[in-house]
Amino acid sequence: MSAQENKFAFLVEPVRQSGQSLLFLLRMLSSIRINAPQIRSVLQQTYLIGARSLVIIMICGFFVGMVLSLQAINALEQFGASDQVSLLVGKSLFRELGPVLTALLFAGRAGTAITAEIGLMKATNQLEAMELMALDPIKTVALPRFLAGLISVPLLTALFNALAIMGSVVFSIGVMDLDGGVFWSKLQTGIYFYQDFVGGIWKSIVFGGLVSLVAVYFGYTAKPTGAGVGTATTNTVVLSSVLILIFDFIMTSFFV
Amino acid sequence: MPETRRQNPEATDPIIRIRDLVFRRGRKTILEGINMEIMRGSMVAFMGPSGAGKTTILRLISGQLRPDEGTVEVNGQMISELSDRELHDFRRNIGVLLQDGALFTDLTVFENIATPVREHTRLPEPLVRRLVMSKLSAVGLGGIEDKMPHELSGGMARRVAFARAVVMDPALMLYDEPLTGLDPIAVSTIRTLMRETNDALGLTGLVVTHNVTQMEKMVDYCYIIASAKVAGEGTPDELRRSTHPGVDQFMNGKVEGPIAFHYQPPGEPWGLLD
Repeated sequence: MSAQENKFAFLVEPVRQSGQSLLFLLRMLSSIRINAPQIRSVLQQTYLIGARSLVIIMICGFFVGMVLSLQAINALEQFGASDQVSLLVGKSLFRELGPVLTALLFAGRAGTAITAEIGLMKATNQLEAMELMALDPIKTVALPRFLAGLISVPLLTALFNALAIMGSVVFSIGVMDLDGGVFWSKLQTGIYFYQDFVGGIWKSIVFGGLVSLVAVYFGYTAKPTGAGVGTATTNTVVLSSVLILIFDFIMTSFFV
Repeated sequence: MPETRRQNPEATDPIIRIRDLVFRRGRKTILEGINMEIMRGSMVAFMGPSGAGKTTILRLISGQLRPDEGTVEVNGQMISELSDRELHDFRRNIGVLLQDGALFTDLTVFENIATPVREHTRLPEPLVRRLVMSKLSAVGLGGIEDKMPHELSGGMARRVAFARAVVMDPALMLYDEPLTGLDPIAVSTIRTLMRETNDALGLTGLVVTHNVTQMEKMVDYCYIIASAKVAGEGTPDELRRSTHPGVDQFMNGKVEGPIAFHYQPPGEPWGLLD
């Protein structure tokens, strides 16, 4: 019996952490109130973590669109099908690359910032002060950041997609001299709004929730020391990235 | 006159009663056999060596920790028996000043002080503004409401934190090392603010501090905690004259005495030749 216990001992901590993070999520969701201060707080966080990620998302989106087009044209040229480039770029972008890359970038840019900020608030006793003033830190600190992430990631994904298409246009039409009319008509007829675009946006909502939950949970449970906050920040990026890819496969297998 | 009535001769009843308190962390006993009565309107200090359990007493009184044995009663409420909801309501009536002020770094000075008011009352915004500005001006900092906490000196940040702690007019104030890390002028300013506010508003103040000189100038009564127990208690004058070896060692900062300098791990004592 004890040998069996030891065999699975490595599972205890991940299972405990998963359970605690789910309870944490339930506590956050149960403290949602639709009132002016909470809406103001969510909008403020959406600006801080969403709007401030715009530049990195736009630059990356543009270059991802260009490199996708470059690879696609190289491959399709061998079959004389380079006019299909917009279809290939659009499908791969809206269904997979847009949501996944945006979520990964968001985890690196905003997820780490959320974890570090909450961890430092804990290390400097701000969370303790809130509890002692009868202010619920989960409602005041964690929830607005979680909701802001949930709102921001789908919007950023849509923007990433738009900029990637622009990158593709610049490279395919501007540099490789493909026909603009063919490019846009293939994109229009081959991409389905609900299946391709909305399917990707659903994925991005799940990714936004995952990254934000991981970020606020690790910040909230960080050890209140410099090293503790550093470790929590690293864990946020690592776990968010792994979860994004695992959930991407699961959702693609079952739903899209 | 009962012993603790000397904390505040005008007080008729204790605001805090601690009975046979025991608190452990794992197998280590942090506090044992603690009995205290703290009279309403008084200012009382907890002193003792680092790690003696002074802050733990504040956390037991604020309900952050629950005792393993014994009871903590504040304002007639048994703290260890309160539900989360009741604890939330209870904490609306206490103010806290922590060691580094613990201002919310992402909010302005004004928002820091206004946050508890907005959370716990439905006052219209102009009234919130007047209340916050009056507290800021009471701590001598009118005009800095738009600054961020990182723009303030240590003494100013501590005064803002004090304004935030008293903005809801609490009956009980908890101070955890409120004078640590400040220059002598800031120390005197904060100490005077604490004492004058306590007397003017009839608050009860509990202060954890290491600073014997400031303690003598500020409080009515003092408990010295050492080795998990109350090693001595009395007014600052009585403690200064005390012949109790532990109290004498602490009050006069002596190296030799019953309070050990070396860390003593639990278990059997060991020597260099073991």
